[in-house]
Amino acid sequence: MSDYILELKGITKIFPGVKALDNVHFSLKRGEIHALMGENGAGKSTFIKVITGVHRPEEGEIYLNGQKVVFKTPKDAQNMSIAAIYQHGTTYQHLSVTENIYMGHEKLTKFKTIAWNKMHKDAKALLKRLGSDIDPRSIMGNLTVAEQQVVEIAKAISTDAKIIIMDEPTAALSKRECEELYRITEQLRDEGCSIIFISHRFEDMYRIASRVTVFRDSQYIGTWGVNELTNDELISKMVGRKIADIYPKQQLEMGDEIFKLEGLSKLGYYKDISFSLHAGEILAMTGLVGAGRSEVCQGIMGIEKPDKGSVYLDGKKLKIKCVKDAMDAGIGYFPEDRQKQGLILDWGLGDNVTLATLEKFTKHTIINRKAERQKAKELLEEVKTKALSVFDKASSLSGGNQQKVIVAKVLNSDLKVVILDEPTKGVDVGAKAQIYEIMSSLAAKGYGVIMISSEMPEVLGMADTILVMKEGRVSKIFNDCSNVTQEQILEAAMNV
Amino acid sequence: MDKVKRFFSSNIREISLIIVIVVIAMFVELRSGGRFLTSMNINDMLMETSVLAIMAVGMMMVIITGGIDLSIGATMALSAMVGGTFLKSSVLSGNPLPNLLIVVIAIAVGIVCGLINGALVSKLKILPIIATLGMMNIYRGATYLVANGSWIKQAEMGPGFLTLATGKFMGINNLLIIAVVVYIIAYFFAGYTKTGRKIYAVGNSEESARVSGIKTDRVLVLAYTIMGAIAGLGGILYVCKYGVAQGETCTGYEMNVIAACVLGGVSITGGTGKVPGVLLGAILLGMLNNAMPLIQVSSFWQEAIRGGIILFSIIANALIQRNVEIKALRRRNI
Amino acid sequence: MAKEIIRQAVSADGTRTIQAERSFELKRFFLQWEWMLVLMLILVNIFNISASPNYANVKGILNATRDFLDKAIVVFPMAFVLMLGEIDISVASIMALSATIMGVVFQTTQNMVLAIFAGLVAGTVCGFINGIILAKFPELSSMIVTLSTQIIFRGIAQIILETQSISGFPSWFQQVAAGKVGYIPYALIFVVVEALFFAYLLHYTKFGRRTIAMGNSVTVAKYSGIKTDRTKIIIFTMVGLLSAVAAVYLASKMSSVRSDVAKGYELDIIAMAVLGGISTSGGKGRILGASLAILVIGYLRYGLGLINASSQIIMIVVGILLIVAVAIPNLKGSVGQANWIKNLKRMFIKQKN
Repeated sequence: MSDYILELKGITKIFPGVKALDNVHFSLKRGEIHALMGENGAGKSTFIKVITGVHRPEEGEIYLNGQKVVFKTPKDAQNMSIAAIYQHGTTYQHLSVTENIYMGHEKLTKFKTIAWNKMHKDAKALLKRLGSDIDPRSIMGNLTVAEQQVVEIAKAISTDAKIIIMDEPTAALSKRECEELYRITEQLRDEGCSIIFISHRFEDMYRIASRVTVFRDSQYIGTWGVNELTNDELISKMVGRKIADIYPKQQLEMGDEIFKLEGLSKLGYYKDISFSLHAGEILAMTGLVGAGRSEVCQGIMGIEKPDKGSVYLDGKKLKIKCVKDAMDAGIGYFPEDRQKQGLILDWGLGDNVTLATLEKFTKHTIINRKAERQKAKELLEEVKTKALSVFDKASSLSGGNQQKVIVAKVLNSDLKVVILDEPTKGVDVGAKAQIYEIMSSLAAKGYGVIMISSEMPEVLGMADTILVMKEGRVSKIFNDCSNVTQEQILEAAMNV
Repeated sequence: MDKVKRFFSSNIREISLIIVIVVIAMFVELRSGGRFLTSMNINDMLMETSVLAIMAVGMMMVIITGGIDLSIGATMALSAMVGGTFLKSSVLSGNPLPNLLIVVIAIAVGIVCGLINGALVSKLKILPIIATLGMMNIYRGATYLVANGSWIKQAEMGPGFLTLATGKFMGINNLLIIAVVVYIIAYFFAGYTKTGRKIYAVGNSEESARVSGIKTDRVLVLAYTIMGAIAGLGGILYVCKYGVAQGETCTGYEMNVIAACVLGGVSITGGTGKVPGVLLGAILLGMLNNAMPLIQVSSFWQEAIRGGIILFSIIANALIQRNVEIKALRRRNI
Repeated sequence: MAKEIIRQAVSADGTRTIQAERSFELKRFFLQWEWMLVLMLILVNIFNISASPNYANVKGILNATRDFLDKAIVVFPMAFVLMLGEIDISVASIMALSATIMGVVFQTTQNMVLAIFAGLVAGTVCGFINGIILAKFPELSSMIVTLSTQIIFRGIAQIILETQSISGFPSWFQQVAAGKVGYIPYALIFVVVEALFFAYLLHYTKFGRRTIAMGNSVTVAKYSGIKTDRTKIIIFTMVGLLSAVAAVYLASKMSSVRSDVAKGYELDIIAMAVLGGISTSGGKGRILGASLAILVIGYLRYGLGLINASSQIIMIVVGILLIVAVAIPNLKGSVGQANWIKNLKRMFIKQKN
């Protein structure tokens, strides 16, 4: 019998226009926790979907216990004892916990009807085994993210999975919840499961994994024992170059205070957020996912109105009822989710760029399309997109280029303050550097820049001021960033 | 104690519907001077409601998948008309077909209609509202074609067939018995079979369902086919009860059925809905129809009142939902 | 090919230029859905002419439009609603209610101008109610809301008029539907102007562009500073107003009003818009297409009437047209506006994977 429970060789997966995986290898030992790391867009998620049979690779082979297998449907992979816990939960929000655990492999009575009582009881036992006392009859949508994750793990064990894949399970968890998850994961390993653990966080990897595989730009970089690599080495494997290169941070004299928040609060999302921003300053807002960073900025923009608090620009209190008011005042927002919030994917780039500023091209109520296209062309050239024409559809561009189109879109208004929500999420390294460059030049031109980011290196590399949020409140503000370390920030973000 | 609490909290919708029904019943009983809650009137009311209630079960399945079926009024008419035509010719030849066969024919026609709807929605990815709107035209047109301009009148159906609706079995009206049977089957299908739960899964999240290996297309086709079959049954019962089949039978009936579902707590965005809730929704609508004439509400007012109640209940439901969310946010203590 | 050349030019030069104009492409021009509609329209008219020789002249063709102008008036605002990704099932009931109000006001005051005004106000209010509910409760689906207001509006009309009908309108009012300039009915002129106005509104103004943006993604629209609630309310109010206008025409045509007028019109109106290439999931479509589709369905109904094909055939034909029209563009998905032929192929040849 082979040493490896699962091996993938030379996997290539092509989506229209993109190679999502390019000749990738992977091997999983029996009873190990194997970390899979790589930047966003490195192909990790696609890779999992290949293992679980959601995608079929164009090339490559999958071996299970040394036997070659082909997964035609997700069901095939399930039958081979492979289970995955996806990053964006694949739960049924309106159904009960029990049902979420057993969907697709319900327990039946002898009359072939669903044995609810038995299922509830078994679900309870399963959850108990994982050290959780969630009521199996409660509705999934009413649970916290951490609880939902436990349910998903319970679902995986309920199928007698021998290989469990966890896609960024710790992203939305508090420190205590993370510890709980580590404990469960190790317990599963000790019970004989093999686990692929995908994470952005180095501490996850050092804490529980024994080996690590790195992907970069859809390619396989290598596999190492966790102790064979230093942190820096690992980063350079993931990023492909030394980090210092890509942050073009200039030391600027900060100007006057241009923007101030006072006591901004919204029930259930954030409370008492106050900070100020100067011309030429880059302020990074960081914290865990779910700490309320994006919500604060959406509050500033009037997308989801805050309950209390005030926003000042140039010393004047603003009345922001909708995004338009914020934009007119001079605040621009780059949303986090390019495809859902930033761009109309079915539209040409030109129309996308000018959507927020149509009045600039309107004369006698009619839009001057020629002027509109010309302006779009200039803006798109300025941000160096790889597009060929303003008629190219937004969906035809890669993540990084889409991000640049949004930059062009926001830059078309007259702004004083720019808010960027996770500007480099899912963007390749080259485009990342360009986005940082754009950010620096904005600051140099005297804009105030607020950057929301979860990526420590970029926070440390770009910011003048670092604001850390935790559970909807400002946890700490570092005004002088020269000596701040990653550990200090993490502590502020997660302290129990 | 805990069990009782859980029962209440998870069936809050059904319980509040029962309360509403009871309150309205009491009110009408008092206003009508005791003519409402007589056994005869209740029997009448349940008979009137049974076809609507049967149809609502099928519609529930479709709405749970996140779809809608506007073609059921036409499907009812078409299947009743085809069944009725067979019946008419057999009655004329003096050798009437057995009732069961007529019902089976109607259901078969309904199944074909449902299959077509399901295929359009799942395979050709046409929005359910448009697909069933188009098919509604087609089925309705086909009904006229089959009818060929003539009505099938009571006399042509033969006395044997009519007993299907008027007859009694152990002192209970046949229609009522059929409705109860349909509900028992539906209750077990929706709650206790794998296939039934798959319908909920697809409605909750088609993506999740696909990832967990459910063949979502098949589930969609199944839901529309069940709807079709039930429409076939409902159509023939409707015709049997009113003793006439014609081209315009059941025009606009789909709106009543959808209203019953919405009142019964089936969310139009899919994923939620319970069989008991739908039953109560249908009973509430049926009761309103029956009660309004009794308390001298002019027949001209009835439409507007019915519409008002539906709109009110949707908006009230949305407000309750918002309240629940605010409460959840408070609990987060931020 | 052209693209390849540009690509080379870019890489040779090093600096990047982005094209702001695009050359005319014959293929793209002819692959528009509108050509299909034109073809259908020609076929329908050939059919009509062969069915009735009286029809084959300008007068006949123009006169036939009076058959469907009432629906046509509402198709354009309905196109806007569909562009938003919403639907309005209550239009026919709004027509009935405005006609009823108009009738009652005329009956009590004998003042037709006042009556028409009251009818228009009633329709506008109805539309506004739909709009405000949907804007304040974005979690409710427009189908369910307009389904219930449909019952309510018609119900109110029934309360007011019961089973009576009101007639005896002044003779000049009959001219609203019957009057002509030369061979051209007044109402046709109105609809043409209306079509031009809506084409201008949809394709040339900020309002139109924003409507299309909302149909593609309400979230993106909101993040781009578009006042989505206001846009929604305006559009539904517009539907109400024009439904009332259609009610005026209808009342003039039938020279009486009843509470059950225009029953089932909503389906025809939606069908016309959808056949015209207006996507029901929002964000796609052109007024030109909708206009052509009005003519196709309108003339088809008229022509089938000419040969005494009873309404049954008409219903079936309209149903099939509707489904085919939706199936083809639906399959084209994100591939591009113009690839319906390719998609027709894909429809019948099973896809890989």
